[in-house]
Formats: sequence, C-alpha cells, structure tokens
Amino acid sequence: MRLTLKIWRQADAASEGAMHTYEIDDVSEDMSFLEMLDVLNEELQAKGEEPVAFDSDCREGICGMCGLMINGQAHGPEVTTTCQLHMRSFKDGDEIVIEPWRADAFPVVKDLCVDRGAFDRIIQAGGYISVNTGSAPEAHATPVPRDDALRAFNVATCIGCGACVAACPNGSASLFMGAKITHLGELPQGQPERDTRVVEMVGQHDHEGFGGCTNIGECTAACPKEIPLDVISRLNWDLHAAMRHGL
Amino acid sequence: MPDTTLTSDPSHDGPGAQSDDAAGYYTPGAPIADTKAPGGPIADRWQTRKFEARLVNPSNRRKLSIIIVGTGLAGGSAAATLGEAGYNVKSFCYQDSPRRAHSIAAQGGINAAKNYKEDGDSVHRLFYDTVKGGDYRSRESNVYRLAEVSTNIIDQCVAQGVPFAREYGGLLDNRSFGGVQVSRTFYARGQTGQQLLLGAYQALERQVAAGTVETFTRHEMLEVIIVDGKARGIIARDMVTGEIETHLADVVVLASGGYGNVFYLSTNAMGCNVTASWRAHRKGAYMANPCYTQIHPTCIPVSGAHQSKLTLMSESLRNDGRIWVPKKASDCEKDPRDIPEEDRDYYLERIYPSFGNLVPRDIASRAAKNVCDEGRGVGPAVEGVRRGVYLDFSAAIERLGRDGIEEKYDNLFDMYARITGEDPYSTPMRIYPAVHYVMGGLWVDYDLMSSIEGLFVTGEANFSDHGANRLGASALMQGLADGYFVLPHTIRDYLADGPFEPVPADHPAVVEAEQAVRTRIDTFMNSNGTRSVDSYHRELGNIMWEYCGMERTEEGLKKAIDLIRTLKDDFWRNVKVLGSAESLNQSLEKAGRVADFIELGELMCIDALNRRESCGGHFRGESQTEDGEALRHDDEFAYVAAWEFAGDGEAPILHKEELIYTAIEMKQRSYK
Repeated sequence: MRLTLKIWRQADAASEGAMHTYEIDDVSEDMSFLEMLDVLNEELQAKGEEPVAFDSDCREGICGMCGLMINGQAHGPEVTTTCQLHMRSFKDGDEIVIEPWRADAFPVVKDLCVDRGAFDRIIQAGGYISVNTGSAPEAHATPVPRDDALRAFNVATCIGCGACVAACPNGSASLFMGAKITHLGELPQGQPERDTRVVEMVGQHDHEGFGGCTNIGECTAACPKEIPLDVISRLNWDLHAAMRHGL
Repeated sequence: MPDTTLTSDPSHDGPGAQSDDAAGYYTPGAPIADTKAPGGPIADRWQTRKFEARLVNPSNRRKLSIIIVGTGLAGGSAAATLGEAGYNVKSFCYQDSPRRAHSIAAQGGINAAKNYKEDGDSVHRLFYDTVKGGDYRSRESNVYRLAEVSTNIIDQCVAQGVPFAREYGGLLDNRSFGGVQVSRTFYARGQTGQQLLLGAYQALERQVAAGTVETFTRHEMLEVIIVDGKARGIIARDMVTGEIETHLADVVVLASGGYGNVFYLSTNAMGCNVTASWRAHRKGAYMANPCYTQIHPTCIPVSGAHQSKLTLMSESLRNDGRIWVPKKASDCEKDPRDIPEEDRDYYLERIYPSFGNLVPRDIASRAAKNVCDEGRGVGPAVEGVRRGVYLDFSAAIERLGRDGIEEKYDNLFDMYARITGEDPYSTPMRIYPAVHYVMGGLWVDYDLMSSIEGLFVTGEANFSDHGANRLGASALMQGLADGYFVLPHTIRDYLADGPFEPVPADHPAVVEAEQAVRTRIDTFMNSNGTRSVDSYHRELGNIMWEYCGMERTEEGLKKAIDLIRTLKDDFWRNVKVLGSAESLNQSLEKAGRVADFIELGELMCIDALNRRESCGGHFRGESQTEDGEALRHDDEFAYVAAWEFAGDGEAPILHKEELIYTAIEMKQRSYK
C-alpha cells in the first residue's frame, strides 16, 4: 500500500519542532508499524536525509519503550503497543499523523523520542518493598491468597510505556501510579510501607508536573496492558487512608 | 531417559589432541590452569569460597566504587545489592529506563530447587539436569553453586512482591519445563521475566533514592579503562547529548547481556549488542565458546524482507500442538485444512517416537530446518524458500474443546493472531526456529572475574553456566543468582584490597581510551560511503545464519570467514552515517555496534570451525551418528575455548580450559 506520513521532527529538546510530510510505497500489511518506519528511514538515508528518531527495543510488546501518537491515539488504533501494531490496521492511500507522547512531564528528546525519567523518579519515591538481599524469609512463610496474587499480577503487568499519560487530557500518571500501588498493596509483603508509599509517590507525581486525575478514563482505554481504571480508586482510597492515619 | 555411558579412553593426549580444522585461523596459547574454584566436595565449595572471601567493613565500603554496565536481571540485581551493602555504585543502560532491559521479555519461568512438590527434586538434581542439559560443556563448580543459591532467589523475589502464581492455599505453584521430570519452575503467567525484572528494578530504584546508586540511562559504554592491568573505569557516550564521558571506579562489572543480534534476526531486543563485551575483549578479556548459540524452535516465521525481529511463542505450546509438514512438496501451497491426514508428515513423532513433539530445543529446531531444506516448508516464501512448519492444535481442540485451549494458551493465540493476521484456532500456526540466547560470552573464573583483573562479568554476558545448550527457565536463574548472591561475595574479596590509588582524569590510560572512542566516532561521521548501517547488519546476519547457524560445516565456515572479512573491509570504506555526533543519533549508535558484531562474527566462525563436534544447539555436519544425530567428542573437546584478542588482523589465540567433572559422569544424550 501507499501511505502519506506526517511526522513530527524536532532536532532536540531546545529546538522548535514541525510536522514533515513523507510518502511511502510498497508497505506490506505484515509489517509492524515500526518496521514501516524502518523502511522509511532506509529510504530517507538513501536520499541523504537524517532518519526519524523513535524509541523501540524488544519489539514484542513488553519492554514499554516504544510509544507514538498515531492519528491522535496513543499507540494507534488498536489496544496494543506500537511495535505490535501492524500495517493491516491501515489501508492504501491513508494519511497517518505520527507525533511523540504529549505531556509536559515527558519532554521531547528528539523527533519521536521523549524523556520518561519522571516514571523512574515516581518509583524511587516508594514504588518498591524494602527488603535487603539475603534477609528474606522463606518464600512459603507468608501465604498469599490465590485471588490476591492474581489481582496483584494483573496490575503488575504495567509496562511503563506512558500511553496513559499521553492519552490523558490532564497529562496525569494516575493509572501508572495506581497500578504499582495496587500491585504492592494487594500483597501482605507490601503492607508495612503502604501508607508512606502512596503519599510519597503522589507527592513526586505532582512535583514532576503530571496533572490531576478527573476520572475521564482515556488512560485505561489507551493502555496496551488493559490496566483497569479502578486502580485509581485504589490509589485514592490508600491516599485517604494514609491521611486518616496521620501522614 | 535412555542414556548410555561413554567409555572414556585413558590413553588420549588431553583435549584437542586430534581435530584441528581451524589450523591457520588461530594461534595456540597456554592452557588455562586455574579457575579459582575451591577444591573438596562439590557441595562445600561455595560455602568455602564465601567464608574465605575477605570482608570489607561498612565504613570502608563507602570509600569504594563500582561501575555496573547493564540493568537486566544480572546487572540490576547486582547494582541493588551492592548499593544496599554500602558501596558507591554507578549503573549504566542504553535504554531510557533500567526497567526496559530485555530480561523483561522472558516468558516461561525460573527454576529453583525448592522441592515444594516433594517429587524428588534437590540441589544436586537441579545441578545434574543443568550440566546434562548443557551437554557437558559447562563448569560443574559454577553450576552447582547456581543450583545451591536458586532457592534464595525465590525467597528474595517473593519478599520483594513478585506476584508468582499461587495455589488456592496461598502457597507457590510450580510447573514442569524443558524435559525435566520434576516441577521446579516458578512462574508469573507468561511474563515471569517482566515480574522478576521489575523486582530488581524496584530494588535498584530504592537504592537510587537512598543515594547509593546513581543511574545513567541512555548511556552506552564504548571503552574500558585499564590502569596497571586493572579495570578502573569506562568511557561512555551520553546518547542524548553525544558527550563522551569518563567514569572511574575501583571495579567494573559487565552485565550487558548476550549477542544474538549478530544474526540480525533474533528474539533479542533491537538494542542488544556485544559492544561492552567486545571492547573488553579487545583489551584482553577472553571470549569463551562464542559459537554456542541457542536456537529456539517455536518462533513466528519471517514474513518478508522488512522483518526486524522474531517473536518467540512459548515452548509450552508443544505440549498440545502437533508439528507437521506436507509429505509432498507440491502440497505446500495448499490450505493446510485441505491436506488429508495421510498426506501429512508428523516428522518429530515419526523420527523420535518416544519424545515426539517434546524433543529438546536443538533437536526440534534442526528437524524443522531439514524438512524446509527438503522443500517441504510452508507459509510465504521469503527469498524463494518457505521456512515454516505447522504447529497444529486441531486434535487438541477436538480433545479439550476450544475453551480448554483458550484457558491454557489464550494470550499466545492472541499474540500470534495479531502478528500474522491468521486465526490459530481455525488454521494451524506456523513456526520456525530462531536465534534466542547465547551460551558463549566473556570468560570468567569462579569469582566471575574475567581475564582482566577487576573486570567482572555476570549473566548472559559470561559463559560459565549453560554449556553448549541452555535448558528452559535457567537463564533467569543465572542472572539473579549472579547479581543477588554470587557477585556480592566474590567482589568484596577483590575490593578488600582497597582503598585503591585514585586514577587521575589525565592518566595516559584514560586519555588513550577516550581518544580511541573519539577517533572511532569521527571515522563513522566522516565516512562518506553510500550504504546504511542496517544493510551491513542484515548481510552479516545472513552469513551467520547460513553458515554458523543450526548446522555448520568446515567448508561453510571457511567460506563465512572469507565473506565476513570482505564485508568488514567494505563496511569501513563504504558505510554512511548521517546526522551529528553531538545529539541523539541512532545510526551512529548502530554503526559502532555493527562494527563490533562483524568482528565477533568472524571469531564465532573460527570457534565453530575449531569445534569439530556436535553438541547442544551446535551441530557440525562432520560429526553425526549413522542416523544423523549429534555426535559429541568428549575425548577431544571437553574444554572451554577461551579466545584472546591478538590485535587487528592477527589470528586470535586459543586458550583451553579443560572441563573436569568429579561429581557427575559424562553421558551421551539420546531422545529416540
């Protein structure tokens, strides 16, 4: 198929960016979206133009590194990562608009790459269970009910791609944060730090410049791992509980 | 399992005495005499070593610094643990966050000798299975230690909140994996690697908050700094600003993963590369068994020339799927559903009646290649050949119902449908083998130290634990064992020699390393060639897959070496890198990596040429039994091939480390 691509080009964080238009032929429906960009880049390179920078790594939907706004939707028209989006989702003659993640807290690094370091800093604020290596009790010492473990697993599948933030009109990272708070809060191991965790993580979230949550739900609609919206309820519940406990 | 004990010939002259296919391609070197493994009964060796390792008191740890390259299971866990212990740790990764490391993509699980099922498992049995699975080409002391610390890993990860699968009573569930007869694999659905990595990542970020670890993301190590024979730092490039940075420390750890991307198409992440290891190799670190590559039998086949990546389908599918191809090549284009039962060749069930579709990875892979080479492959033809075989669930769907299959394999079927656009419930899946994991890597001693003092290597980047073939669910075990439980003890013995003389920033070794990096980058930026880096990478990959892939021959390998040398020459004259070196430049990043892959590829071929035996995933055409099965030669090749870099254009030097088994008897594998 033949496509018209409108791609955001920006030399670095300090430069002005602009949309550029490229035509591409012979796109096969078996290509992933990123392989289509690979082909475009080979063509640009052959013409002496610098290839479009975009992030990707595992290309099997799990590392969370890829992320593009495609026609205004985070990761594009399917509920999946950009690397698992295939060109059969498009048709001959389509015009496709490709932009980097949109959020103040994710500054553009170059072209379609953004800096998601804020996510790491939110985890640093408390997204862990404190246990020194070698001091752990025997694994069977603390049974975890199967349903709790399953629930923890289901939300722990968050890949930290940032689609939730990019999709949110407020640029909130509440889904990302709620997933981690729910994962650790669901397990007995996570209880001792449950109050401090939520307070610190929310504080860091706001400090990074992410917006507040107004329960619009675009985040969960865009999430390639289908993290449910109720992790945000859990986040709020834990935050209120921590305040009741005097934190 | 019908093993037959080999009779060993006591009169042989030691390893490597007979075959010498690689004569002229290498220079013989001195054998490796000492791996520093403690003697005595195997079960006591690690305890002995830990006790003998000197201590560093907590107030002195603050004065010592460690650089760790890579943030996967091996690097992330090591950084977290050493930070926690109170050392100053600098952690580097090329991704935008440590959480992206490719350990995250591992699906199946992690082994541990917990014996929770009371089914006869033990540390010794896990050790035995792992050495046998590696076709007796791993080091027994290391493997025993791996099995020994495996139980601690599960305790640690559970305490961190890793949501392993549980039974209704709340205790951990296990499954069986990769042809072993006990249930020792702990798992978190099909995303065990992700959950384990997040555990290590969170532990790492906790130390960042505590101020013991500093992380450098989007940084790539491009050179190792060696002062007075000791590794004392690295040169890294900030991939965003292009700045060339010098980082000095008392010790350097490489946990930079495997190099399967030398084949271009593999199940590795796009960025996985050999540069950190290769730069260290060029500075004196031996590269051991580089040709040992694991080919995974169940990947989604290549669909076209644009392909960048191969996706693995969990091996668990082989429990219920039946593998076949048409008996007649003329049927290959037909809809598989129109091919009657009598015209199908269930070749694994036919050739290996007792193991059937569950033969080990290397055997299943080679059999698939053979039927496709015969012209009976299925699916779209890429470059004129159909490379795919059917993995058919129709019998299982009949037996278990569609619901039964959905319950077991739902997410895998969805993934397949998404990638191929075909519905695997109604038409058989197509699969083909792909490069998955490398067992070779930098040579290390028992302490995980390379042949460069003060340069430690962990996880897939080292060579020691998997032998010629890796069993399922053992890579995650090794990464975490090294990072959480082995390295922290062995590195303290090294650090106990501290405090170390500080290295001045203008030390000649630092200046030399930095200059080498700058020169290399300038060469790429000023090369006014015409070909893209990717085109070289693809060409290298084709050569490697064709001649150093699943089946190798003396003739093919010699041809490959010539082809690679020509390619290398052309690369340096004709490569084209656009953009600037002072900003994010993905072509420049790839250029450096591909340059190193080319050199590695040549060494892999020389190593494969030298090893005239078939073992593990490495099948040499000249070494097979009468019925075409892999034939090992323990009398000649029971050694680790540790290659020393001798200089550009010089033949590498081969050092042999004899593999001595005291606790286990070498046997020939048979799966008939």
